[in-house]
Amino acid sequence: MSDTLFRLATAGSVDDGKSTLVGRLLHDAKAILADSLDDIRRVSAERGFGGDTPALDLALVTDGLRAEREQGITIDVAYRYFSTPRRSFILADCPGHVQYTRNTVTGASTAHAALVLVDARNGVVEQTRRHLGVLGLLGVPQVVVVVNKMDLIDWDESAFAAIRDDVVAVADRLGVAGVRVVPVSALQGDFVVDRGDSAPWYTGPTVLDLLETLPARPAAGEASPARLDVQLVLRPQGALAPEFAADADALRDFRGYAGTVSDGPLAVGDRVAVYNDGQRHRARVTGLRTPAGEAERAEAGQAVVVTLDADLDIARGAALVAEQLEEGQPHDAVTAVREFGAAVCVLADARLTPGQRVLVKHGTQVVAARVDAVDNVLRLSDLSREPAASLGLNDLGLIRLRTAKPLAATAYSRSRAGGSFLVIDPAEGNTLAAGMIEPAPLAGDAPESGAATEHAAGPAAHELAGAVRT
Amino acid sequence: MTVTTSGPGTTVNDAAAVGGPADDDALAAERSAAHRAANLDALESESIHIIREVLAEFERPGLLFSGGKDSVVVLHLLAKAVSPARVPIPVVHVDTGHNFPEVIAFRDATVQRYGIDLVVGSVQDYIDDGRLVEPANGTRNRLQTRVLLDTIEEHRFDALFGGARRDEDKARAKERILSLRDEFGGWDPRNQRPEVWSLYNGRHAPGGHVRAFPISNWTEADIWSYIDREGIALPPIYFAHERPTFERDGMVYAVTDVSRPREDEPVSNRTVRYRTVGDASCTGAVLSAAGTVAEVLDELALSTLTERGATRADDRISSAAMEDRKKEGYF
Repeated sequence: MSDTLFRLATAGSVDDGKSTLVGRLLHDAKAILADSLDDIRRVSAERGFGGDTPALDLALVTDGLRAEREQGITIDVAYRYFSTPRRSFILADCPGHVQYTRNTVTGASTAHAALVLVDARNGVVEQTRRHLGVLGLLGVPQVVVVVNKMDLIDWDESAFAAIRDDVVAVADRLGVAGVRVVPVSALQGDFVVDRGDSAPWYTGPTVLDLLETLPARPAAGEASPARLDVQLVLRPQGALAPEFAADADALRDFRGYAGTVSDGPLAVGDRVAVYNDGQRHRARVTGLRTPAGEAERAEAGQAVVVTLDADLDIARGAALVAEQLEEGQPHDAVTAVREFGAAVCVLADARLTPGQRVLVKHGTQVVAARVDAVDNVLRLSDLSREPAASLGLNDLGLIRLRTAKPLAATAYSRSRAGGSFLVIDPAEGNTLAAGMIEPAPLAGDAPESGAATEHAAGPAAHELAGAVRT
Repeated sequence: MTVTTSGPGTTVNDAAAVGGPADDDALAAERSAAHRAANLDALESESIHIIREVLAEFERPGLLFSGGKDSVVVLHLLAKAVSPARVPIPVVHVDTGHNFPEVIAFRDATVQRYGIDLVVGSVQDYIDDGRLVEPANGTRNRLQTRVLLDTIEEHRFDALFGGARRDEDKARAKERILSLRDEFGGWDPRNQRPEVWSLYNGRHAPGGHVRAFPISNWTEADIWSYIDREGIALPPIYFAHERPTFERDGMVYAVTDVSRPREDEPVSNRTVRYRTVGDASCTGAVLSAAGTVAEVLDELALSTLTERGATRADDRISSAAMEDRKKEGYF
């Protein structure tokens, strides 16, 4: 459904002109209003940008906090918004030098596409490989490699071709999907939004052409069934919204499960497996409420309320998973696991060590967990594995986790929703790491029970029972 | 930000794909409308997802409600997030005493319509009993912070929804959707928690709280399009009306009890509307004939000024104005 809200992340090194590229993209897409532009014009003049031929320093467009201006650095991911008649864009601008892995993971985790900057004078460097390595691990479906500063190598066609071949070869080795390479001069504007006239030999799309036309869907892979992680159990009882006052009788026993549909469409009549607090039940979808009202079907990405035919004691943290991909197509995508391997990126200034007790947030469930082992740290530039005793800030590595309760897990390569999790420090509450569940081995260990068996558990902790929240 | 009628959309590929210029325009308009609808659906669902996470993970959330369009949209989304149940949390208003009376009336009517509780922190009370001193320049904007923090403490709120958007300001562009605040309400841009996928972590230190911004990713044009689509009611000052006004520092102000012209500032009746709702003492009007949401959207498409740059004296003081206020615990 989000075919026209396109999420984009940038990744670039210190001096490759990423700020200028983003500034150019926003400027030429006419996403900068006059008063902001006046500010940029004034500051450019004050700083004498362009020397004898005064010009706009478009890097100022993304110039953020005063602390950053004073130190000439970028501290944190900044979000920008722009629209064309084809699409609306959310651009997560990830700074390249300070904590770049953490920032890239943050910005790229939800991205439909990433922009990676390469300086035409240097070609593919260590940093480029690292960026591509992270994007490959995160499974960003499309990567646009922008070869910037082409004006500084006189738009040398054969030099560009050599860089392009390098990029494609490296991306192949790192498992990065859908790579496209565009030569640009962000400073002068060629091939960012407008084509310019510097390089008639380049007949491919501009950066914006690509961004407007790349599909806003995950790369084609193994299909994954519709999933809904239960956020809230809605049981309004007496406390109905005023607009439903007339339906009080019909809604007296209403019990709906609120959450966001991911991976596939969910329809009334679908059979679902309900993973709840270590148990698995079966049920059938009897009703769907989307933000627009009651519906027969909800698409991935929609926030809905589901009602089921079975009277189950389902609480926040439960996962509803469609039993079939399509009519007559069962699947084995989801397994209840308590022990699993995962690739993690450490996001806090802390270490992950074997034996450490942590919390894991997976879907809407938060469970106690233990780091059973730290197996390897990944060298991003070639994704080779090196033995490691622990992982620190910005490290990406492979670990094994054991949880107190089973998770309804899917391999991350198959489902972002079913395969991603946070590692949280139980004492401070900070997010220690972002994790991606590895495909193998996902061995199940949850008992199966029929739809009618309601297991004995306490009252649902996060029900909205009337106006009183328990 | 731009609205979809401007911009570089008719690129080489577009022109090649269709017959002539007329077809091109019609097709572009149709595509643009479809794209905006899908875009709003995606934003709406993302916001509801965030709201539900906060309702579930916090003990005592509240909604900061100014009667401004952004907080009105958040309340509308909050109602959708729990429908058919009633909104389960109170709305919180820091009343500077300098609000437009139309906005206060709208606030009270809205609270009644949703059947929810209203918590008011009154800056005027603080000035009356001496806890705060009226600043010499007459603007009470910065006084709100103390009252807000006291209100949070008194009601033990651990999460407050706000209607801030990242496209409003450079500081907000870098703020997380769940923004941690220390016990002084302060925001530390260097110590933000990374937000990955749609997994939000609301754990916070004792004494601190979280500000939750579910419409972070909406632009001003998105807000107006959504108000139009959903038929959401707004305070009347958002639409063109005639009132006595005067000019100061290049901005047009209403003549009110708290914004009086000096002798050298002539008063004249102008047809104006407001782009943001703030204190009458520091919020300027724009000259406008836009009397409906659709007309406002048309006007926005042609505007060359940012929302806050156009009409908020409080943001004009310096380009770091918002950054500084946020660090002190501002909204």
